Amino acid sequence: MTFLSDSALERLRLAADTPETAGTRYSITREIGRGGMGTVYEAHDSVLQRPVALKVLTLGEGDPAAADRMLKEARTMAGLEHPGLVPVHDAGTLPDGRVYYAMKLVRGEPLSSWAAGQPMAERLRAFQKVCEAAAFAHSCGVVHRDLKPGNVMIGSFGEVLVLDWGISRRREDPAEPDGVVVGTRTFMAPEQAAGRTDLVTERTDVYSLGAILDFLLGDGQPRAAKAIASVAARAMSAEPADRYPGAGELAADVGRFLDGGVPASYRETLLERAGRFAGRHRTAIWLVAAYLAVRVLLLLFFRP
Amino acid sequence: MNKPLFGLVLGGLLGILDGMTAWFTPEARPQIVGIVIGSMIKGLIAGVLIGWFAKKVNSLSAGIAFGLGIGLLLAFAVAAMPQPSGKHYYFEIMLPGAIVGAIVGYATQKHRGPVPAKAGI
Repeated sequence: MTFLSDSALERLRLAADTPETAGTRYSITREIGRGGMGTVYEAHDSVLQRPVALKVLTLGEGDPAAADRMLKEARTMAGLEHPGLVPVHDAGTLPDGRVYYAMKLVRGEPLSSWAAGQPMAERLRAFQKVCEAAAFAHSCGVVHRDLKPGNVMIGSFGEVLVLDWGISRRREDPAEPDGVVVGTRTFMAPEQAAGRTDLVTERTDVYSLGAILDFLLGDGQPRAAKAIASVAARAMSAEPADRYPGAGELAADVGRFLDGGVPASYRETLLERAGRFAGRHRTAIWLVAAYLAVRVLLLLFFRP
Repeated sequence: MNKPLFGLVLGGLLGILDGMTAWFTPEARPQIVGIVIGSMIKGLIAGVLIGWFAKKVNSLSAGIAFGLGIGLLLAFAVAAMPQPSGKHYYFEIMLPGAIVGAIVGYATQKHRGPVPAKAGI
């Protein structure tokens, strides 16, 4: 008897796992990544002559519920048309019976690695765009439930896209039974981590956004960053009622900081306020100081 | 308020304040009213010119430089006026005058001016 080598077995597994696209408009180019429910491939759309990302239900997920979840994800994404959300082009079933959906192929870098080399202002601007995309989804009644740096892609031209709506929940969806925990622990709100699915709302995403902001701020920030750290702290309040009421309000508070103002979440001391004023009106202060200095010098040394 | 008007008002006000500093020089106190009025007129002229410049050129550094130049020029004109004593106080008048011009230059550049009306549909 001849045993197959590990590499030969791996090649066989890959061949068996590769979706059957013969007779469809798509041809698989390469695998991009794997998730809990499906695998994402780069594919070529022969009709529109463009590359697309094809998410295909993982082989072995024979469960009809899994196929339903995949279709639900595709429908949810298709219903959310926003520059910060990946557009879905098509959905259906492949010849091998697996459910798939085609979406825009996003070229770029995940926020998790992109942030490392970026100045603070750039990171915060990208974060604002994440908030805006989440706020739009919330306005459509959709809660993402798995917002994290790895699920945000920064495109080559600075575009920010929120990905992976696989475990998102629409307002009209029936709540899962309590105790079901979905999402990523590090960025998960306490009520979500506790499996209190009945308490999962837009403010649950606000917590995750606060955790993303906290990640973007990093450690060892200078004193000036205390104000923006307070924004992350408020968004990550243990009590949902203490958080920002929505992602839009969170984005607005970050915007206030970026514009040189004080976020609503921060109580500024008198000294800090004076320092900020001096920083914003440095030239005017120098001019007035120069005038007063000249007047005093003239009075002391150039009297007629 | 448009920029030339803003420059006029601010220039006039700063001119009054600048003229009033003459009170700290006892020898100049008897002429304080004339000094304040003259300084205000100088401020009004400088202010409207600097405001007009700010309307045409949107640059903080250019605005400050223009204000400095106009302030210096007008202060020179005032300092060069014939004095009963025959003595001219070029340094004492031109130096603060130039800085006041620069302040007006800065302020007119920072001033946003009137918000343009939006066309209704």
